[in-house]
Amino acid sequence: MAEEVRVAVHSDVDIVVARQTGRKMAARLGFSPTDMTMIATAISELARNIVLYARKGEIIFTEAVDHERSGIVVVARDEGPGIQDVKQALLSGFSTSGSLGLGLPGVRRLMDEIQIDSQLKVGTVVTVKKWVQ
Amino acid sequence: MPVPILKQGPYLIASIQSALSDADLVQLRHAVVEQVGKFRSRGVIVDVTALDVMDSFACRTLRDIAHMIRLRGAQTVIVGIQPEVAFSMVQLGSTLEGVATALDLEEGLAWLDQRDMEPG
Amino acid sequence: MLLRELVAHLRENRTQLRQEWAQRIAEARLLTAMSNEEILAEATSVYDNYVEALETGTYEALQAYARNLSERIIPRGVETHEVVGIVLLLRDVLARSLFAKYQEDFAKLNRILDAYEPAANRIANTVAVGFVQERERVIREQQEAIRELSTPVLQVRERLLILPIIGVIDPLRARQLTEQLLRGIRTNRAKVVVIDITGVAAMDSHVANHLVQTVEASRLLGATVIVTGLSPEIAQTLVTIGVDLGKMNTVGDLQGGIEEAERLLGYRVTPNKEEKL
Repeated sequence: MAEEVRVAVHSDVDIVVARQTGRKMAARLGFSPTDMTMIATAISELARNIVLYARKGEIIFTEAVDHERSGIVVVARDEGPGIQDVKQALLSGFSTSGSLGLGLPGVRRLMDEIQIDSQLKVGTVVTVKKWVQ
Repeated sequence: MPVPILKQGPYLIASIQSALSDADLVQLRHAVVEQVGKFRSRGVIVDVTALDVMDSFACRTLRDIAHMIRLRGAQTVIVGIQPEVAFSMVQLGSTLEGVATALDLEEGLAWLDQRDMEPG
Repeated sequence: MLLRELVAHLRENRTQLRQEWAQRIAEARLLTAMSNEEILAEATSVYDNYVEALETGTYEALQAYARNLSERIIPRGVETHEVVGIVLLLRDVLARSLFAKYQEDFAKLNRILDAYEPAANRIANTVAVGFVQERERVIREQQEAIRELSTPVLQVRERLLILPIIGVIDPLRARQLTEQLLRGIRTNRAKVVVIDITGVAAMDSHVANHLVQTVEASRLLGATVIVTGLSPEIAQTLVTIGVDLGKMNTVGDLQGGIEEAERLLGYRVTPNKEEKL
């Protein structure tokens, strides 16, 4: 019942495809325009991380199911170098640190939940969720 | 698809029509800087009304554009940021610090005119 | 084939069955918010739509009608149980008339019911769901309206907005405030916004951060924000916690804030002719 949409991410063009796909699904799930933009922005950041650091990966969109509320789950996975210190990556201050850093604190603020599983030299899986208000 | 850049008197207006890939943004940066030099423009307006997302790369590129334009003695104004986009940008932490912003093209031109008149 | 016979029967006996139904509605004390004439008028429409749905086997027209009906009767105070009730009563009335007509032929009655029941159930479902969905939509709209009312963005002068914030600011409300303000800036083409926080119940780092974000987002739309009502003590506390108030333009009170706003906008405040050097 939970449909799944996958977007392969290889180049910067795919970043736009990924966020537009996410935006469409968010619209279908009943998110407000502002929420849709927040989701699309988070997807853009995650997709760019894949392109910049892992060269390729994919983003998977599914509908989140939980009692009465509905939401969206976005999984960004790659087989890249992995993240050295996940805790640190999530903490780096309030503003995105220029061209360094992964923008993950920002992604966390844009979404409701975030989970990162990463292994050096193996890959990274970032899972984010947002619920319809 | 390159972004159209129009000359309006002493200013250049770059109107972004649709979602831009990273490569498009870089191309825009080159084009704007080159044209400012070519026309000796005093100001640049980048109209982002059509952008439904402004992520960290887009914001960094716009800041780079403003910085490089300033090195050529001109001002940059970003106009047309949509309310939802502004909200998301702030959540993300990309605030376009140091770059002038205005509501729309009209306001952007007014701002540039005012800057032009100010002494120093 | 049977369906056609069924529909013909329902059409032939329209007046009588409709009357019976209206009577049953009154007996069950449903739709008390409506007059008898109104009930009969609606009953006629519902009956015709009901038979139409049975005949065509399509329910779009019925859905549209149900929504339309709901839109009309919800403001009259009609409740879900009443709507479900009357539809079920119609189902019963029609079923009884079928029993009466085919009582001599049990086998045929069974076949007729086989055609009737699934369709009748689907109709009851369609109408009830249509009503509930419409009701939920109305409730959501009302809640939204209440939220908007409690946070008015006032246009005081051209290009100047005032946002007095009163009460408790939870994250949801803070966000709605920001969204409303940003939309207001765009609609009113505001260049200056005065946010007065004198009435904010509890100023803590969360609320302060929301405020900072609102100021930053407003700037992206070309508007300058002046925050008024932030006492020096609270400002000090926030700075100590680590909130960056540096980017905020703060003035003591609302009046002062408005004057500062007008100054920024280039309005001439009455010049002091008495200036003595």
